[in-house]
Amino acid sequence: MAKVTNIVFGGLGGQGVLTASDILADAVARAGFDVKKSELHGMSQRGGSVSSDVRYGPTVLSPMVPVGEADYLVVLEATQVEPNQPVLRPDGILIPPDVIPPDGLKNKKSFNVAMLGALSAFLDIPEATWLDAIHARLAAKLHRLNDEAFALGRKSARARFNLS
Amino acid sequence: MNTERQLLNGDEAVALAALHAGVLLGTGYPGTPSTEILEAFDQLGGRAQWSPNEKVALEVGIGVAFAGGRALVTMKHVGLNVAADPLFTATYTDVDGGLVVVSADDPGMASSQNEQDNRHYARAAAAPMLEPCDSQEAYDYTLLAFEISERWKIPVILRLTTRVCHSKTLVVARADAARPAEPGFRRDVPARVMIPAYAKPAHLRLRAKLAEIAAWNEAEGPNRRVPGSPELGIVSSGIAAMHAMEAAPEASHMVVGMTYPLPIEAIRRFAAGVASLLVVEEGDPVMLEALRAAGIAAEGKPEMYRFGELTVPRVRRILAGDTTPEPVPPRGKPPELCPGCSHRDVFEVLRDMDCIVAGDIGCYTLGVLPPFSAMDTCVCMGASIGVGLGLRHTLPAEQARRVVSVIGDSTFVHSGITGLAEMVYNPPETGHVVLILDNSTTAMTGQQENPSTGRTLNHEPTGKVDFVALGRAMGIQNVVSLEIVGEGEQLPALLNDLLAKPETALVVLRQPCVLAAPKIRFYDKAALEKMNQACAAMPAE
Ligand SMILES: Cc1ncc(C[n+]2csc(CCOP(=O)(O)OP(=O)(O)O)c2C)c(N)n1
Ligand code: SF4
Repeated sequence: MAKVTNIVFGGLGGQGVLTASDILADAVARAGFDVKKSELHGMSQRGGSVSSDVRYGPTVLSPMVPVGEADYLVVLEATQVEPNQPVLRPDGILIPPDVIPPDGLKNKKSFNVAMLGALSAFLDIPEATWLDAIHARLAAKLHRLNDEAFALGRKSARARFNLS
Repeated sequence: MNTERQLLNGDEAVALAALHAGVLLGTGYPGTPSTEILEAFDQLGGRAQWSPNEKVALEVGIGVAFAGGRALVTMKHVGLNVAADPLFTATYTDVDGGLVVVSADDPGMASSQNEQDNRHYARAAAAPMLEPCDSQEAYDYTLLAFEISERWKIPVILRLTTRVCHSKTLVVARADAARPAEPGFRRDVPARVMIPAYAKPAHLRLRAKLAEIAAWNEAEGPNRRVPGSPELGIVSSGIAAMHAMEAAPEASHMVVGMTYPLPIEAIRRFAAGVASLLVVEEGDPVMLEALRAAGIAAEGKPEMYRFGELTVPRVRRILAGDTTPEPVPPRGKPPELCPGCSHRDVFEVLRDMDCIVAGDIGCYTLGVLPPFSAMDTCVCMGASIGVGLGLRHTLPAEQARRVVSVIGDSTFVHSGITGLAEMVYNPPETGHVVLILDNSTTAMTGQQENPSTGRTLNHEPTGKVDFVALGRAMGIQNVVSLEIVGEGEQLPALLNDLLAKPETALVVLRQPCVLAAPKIRFYDKAALEKMNQACAAMPAE
């Protein structure tokens, strides 16, 4: 089976983890891949841990990222690194919340999109496709704010991980 | 119609198919992971209603189908226990319009009180069952379920599981979905009035229908074979099929889409072409036992894999015969009652008064955890009242007087009202106290409306069940209503007083869920504006 890329998002209820994974799944679908996204709904409104798996490639079978096989782990809340760590493969990449400079965002609500920007620095998906997916998911009045958050995340990750 | 690829979760895919199938009415009761089906159906423009519970939802669905319309009835796995009574006889009847019952099972108990496997219901109630493994199949099988239901005039169960409901995968809609006939009444007493004289031939007809459906499933049912090595053949269904195909890409696979009645001869032919046969199924060994009963030699999974969801790593372990203890996943942060949640105030009082609390299911079940630790029992929806009464009947008087039943508003309407009747009819010697935690919403499952909120599924104003009037009319001796904000301080004294009396009591504690409150204000305002407009438009006398 051809290579499937595995990404896991982790955070707490109310942080926009599921919105972020929705946008990623839409972006890779727009880029022409097969994609599956899985998560458990139900208790997130009460502040518990939330995680979401996205897998994409030519063909995806199981919707869940097997433990130890995530290529990227994107964590939105520092305390959630540890419980999610086992999902990452040994040489997988952890994108922790402090990749975003603490005072860099105009509005904290766009933090999840900033983290997507950070992830985007690693993936071969055109920037315009990312922005289409963000705009499709969020209300028009939020587009500017989130475009900026995305750009900030993308730039910060490039600097932090020495990417070109 | 949009026939491009769309990314949908299984619930949304069922809703889209229901729309394309021309479903006249969707009914159900909320329950993770099924809740989003009716919400999505409503948003797509379908007509959807929350019923007080799953039994009523199914009964309304049966009525729609008897009238010749297509009905979709949705619930979580335990909901089918509540709806089992109508289901087991609905299969004897002839439905004119298609009737599809969605059972959303929750292996692994992401958000449920048990992990029952509802495949047993298909066999027990003699209802055909389809099991999709992704959103495309959820869409396709919903359409197919309506076709089967109308062709054989039989209710069909569409069994989803948490990972099918809550995974998003790509879906291409069908432009040619068959539309149903126009509804209308057709009298058919022997097919719809199940007195013994008619039910006896109806049971024979049901078995004949199933035999025909089985033959159809053998010949052209939604079952796939994926060729591979002749060494190992794997039979699977639902999401387990996805895990199996990923874990054993070299094996031959047979993915069964209609799991009741099973295409047993097709499986036998598949088995004949492989050296060994393994059944990979989540939950109970339902298919394994059916294959073995038919004389097909097959292996199943070790007992430890009956528990919880399957995953690709777990299927790899099954393939390797590995029964060593599994790594325990690290625990995340558990959910807790929101800051400012009114349930907090109540459980603090119950804890401080050292009550014995017969609890129920909803957000408030979190009252069992510290810092409250104020719940002693929780079984199923509505059980708080019956269990509380049983405790009262049995405990020594000084303990019995500490027993309180605690139940949410949605849960009370779902199955607490008959408990109140029991309390009035068979009151314990020490009396009893029932607290309704009325937060004006079904919070647990994401703030759905219910018959006591006075708003319909899509938040329009409608009739409203009045708990206080109900309690009085039922003959409960003490009926009190208390606003938690403002009157909450009175609760300890009130409870002390009621617990000391050998009388029956119903206390309605009101405060909107803090997450729902802004939306409730918005709905109320919208309703008021609509009414004002209507008044302004009225001709002056
Ligand atoms: C038979 C059955 N149907 C549905 C559910 C899912 N469920 C559990 S509690 C609940 C309702 C909770 O609402 P409410 O009683 O108002 O309490 P709240 O969550 O608002 O505190 C639902 C829908 C279930 N457990 N069992
Ligand atoms: S969602 Fe509402 S009922 Fe549930 S814990 Fe939060 S405030 Fe309480």
